[in-house]
Amino acid sequence: MSPPRTLFQKIWDDHEIRDFGNGYSLLHVDRDIMHDLLGSLVFEPLDKRGMKMPNPELHFATMDHGIETEFGRTDETKIAGGKAGVQGLRRKCEEYGITLFDLGDDRQGIVHVFAPEQGIALPGSTLICGDSHTSTIGGLGVLAWGVGLTEIEHVLATQTIVAQKPKTMRITFEGNVAPGVTAKDMILYTIGQLGANAGNGHVVEYAGEAVRALSIEARLTMANMSIEMAARYGMIAADDTTFEYLKGRPFSPKGEQWDQAVAYWRTLPTDDGAVFDREEIIDATKIGPMITWGTSPQDVIGVDGYVPDPIKAGDADKKAYLERALAYTGLTPGAAIEDTPIDVAFIGSCTNARISDLRAAASILKGRKVANGIQAWCVPGSGLVKKEAEAEGLDKIFKDAGFEWREPGCSMCVSLGGDKFKQGGRAISSTNRNFENRQGVGVRTHLASPEMVAAAAVTGKITDIRKLAS
Amino acid sequence: MTESFTTLTGTAVPLLRNNIDTDAILPSRFLTRINETGKEGFGGFLFGDWRYEKDEKTPKPDFVLNAPHYSDAKILLARDNFGCGSSREHAVWALKGFGIRCVIAPSFGEIFFNNCFKNMVLPLVLDQASIEAISAQIAEGQREVSVDLKAQTVTAPDGTTYTFEIDAARKDALLKGLDAIGVTLDGWDQIKAWQDTDRAKRPWNYLD
Repeated sequence: MSPPRTLFQKIWDDHEIRDFGNGYSLLHVDRDIMHDLLGSLVFEPLDKRGMKMPNPELHFATMDHGIETEFGRTDETKIAGGKAGVQGLRRKCEEYGITLFDLGDDRQGIVHVFAPEQGIALPGSTLICGDSHTSTIGGLGVLAWGVGLTEIEHVLATQTIVAQKPKTMRITFEGNVAPGVTAKDMILYTIGQLGANAGNGHVVEYAGEAVRALSIEARLTMANMSIEMAARYGMIAADDTTFEYLKGRPFSPKGEQWDQAVAYWRTLPTDDGAVFDREEIIDATKIGPMITWGTSPQDVIGVDGYVPDPIKAGDADKKAYLERALAYTGLTPGAAIEDTPIDVAFIGSCTNARISDLRAAASILKGRKVANGIQAWCVPGSGLVKKEAEAEGLDKIFKDAGFEWREPGCSMCVSLGGDKFKQGGRAISSTNRNFENRQGVGVRTHLASPEMVAAAAVTGKITDIRKLAS
Repeated sequence: MTESFTTLTGTAVPLLRNNIDTDAILPSRFLTRINETGKEGFGGFLFGDWRYEKDEKTPKPDFVLNAPHYSDAKILLARDNFGCGSSREHAVWALKGFGIRCVIAPSFGEIFFNNCFKNMVLPLVLDQASIEAISAQIAEGQREVSVDLKAQTVTAPDGTTYTFEIDAARKDALLKGLDAIGVTLDGWDQIKAWQDTDRAKRPWNYLD
């Protein structure tokens, strides 16, 4: 019998073309997804060599990062160079024969939303994208990771990547979460416990009963934020929930190949007795609705918690860290975070803009109104999410409540500049990064689940969802 | 690509914070400028929101890189998880555009770390105590630091030498400045043969 292996190890082994013997391997890349930020530049090495791509059918592209999300949008962007990126990518997709989900196509959307939605990302495959949140797709049991532009050039030309083998880490959730606690709360809590640098050099596998109970969309949310604890890859083993989600999607295998694929996928979960380089246990029963207070996703507390006080910090470094973060977010040390007034509520991004997220937010907004003076936006993750939401009447709930209902894209998560919040405002956001200036110069971001964002939009202040829902 | 990295001597600037993310290194609103300026045009936007007032022109006097004696900085000293966050390679292009060819920190965001090597910028891993010691000398006005990649040493302004670890493959790539695509394409037959075998095992993967 061969020794027990992890999910990661099995996928790695099945994609290793060459082991360089120094910790690096040449891996086959099964899927690459691209966006407008890459423009035409990423094709330069191909152009210079005058070569064709070996496997253009394994590459997909869309427009999401730099485009506007207002109705009636065109190639024009408010930011300098955005239009050139959109048109450059479009031109190159035509030239090299790459499937593009362009503006106006229902399949257009955020890279990490359309790839699962279309059945492009499949369990046991390798997938890269020029975006750090590619870890999202690991929620389907894919080895998926974000890379820089130069690495994409290599993938376009060779269908392979030179990768350094990461260490393995398993995060096991013990027990079940309380009702109303979301995957967003689970991952924020985990990052808070382990720290923003905990996963550095590791591939993280999420395990345990509470993870198995998550829907695919929730698993995508969890894997999405792996990078916020410095793990380039986050994975959840595929199971019947995964197969049910993928069956019948446009690029999923069909007929006999489907059965063959499922049989293979069932061999991939981590074997009993497989050894991880690091194991962490999270007590799922302790997790409640979470909210960030600082400028890193690790700066997170329960919504019923208190802003940390630098005076109580154990050492000078920690004190300086807290002071700097609080100077930016403008919160009072030691104060309850609940009832902090907000200016902006944003629902969108590859973390939380899928249909289940919109349904959850709409369930809070139904029959309620956004508080006076609050700027509230909903940016669906893809054209298909938007269409589905509209078919269910969710758009009407959002609009009746006072939300702006917009076209799909990354919008105020990446904040390239076209979409803008009030300068210096306090935002509650279903996104993934509360870095300084991430959502606009001076904007103070509080990360939370879509339900918590909806609740705050309605009350005008940070609100414990459990109070509003009951 | 004939560019390589062997030795580097120049002004070092301390920016001693944890978790300096790539949004801070290069704010996202500048990313699409690439279509106008190319990879070389980002030096002016480095640390844009920390370096300039809201008009994006007036330097903030209290930001370290705006001090005249750091205008020619070639080496940056930082703390844990430097370059975390977004995968934007533009962050490396911005550092390089400013003139910084080496960042010294106890740990790095992985994607950033990788992107550095693709651009002949050295992300050098050194323990925090050594970084603090070098920074203390810099604060006293002795700012010249040397890096010798072949010998794997950093020499502080006072002449103290620290050794650093780097894996052999990455070191070699920096010293030689190899054309990665060319090297891989030389082995194309092996890739093709692997695909043919894999196609029999995972036919659904190939979408043709």
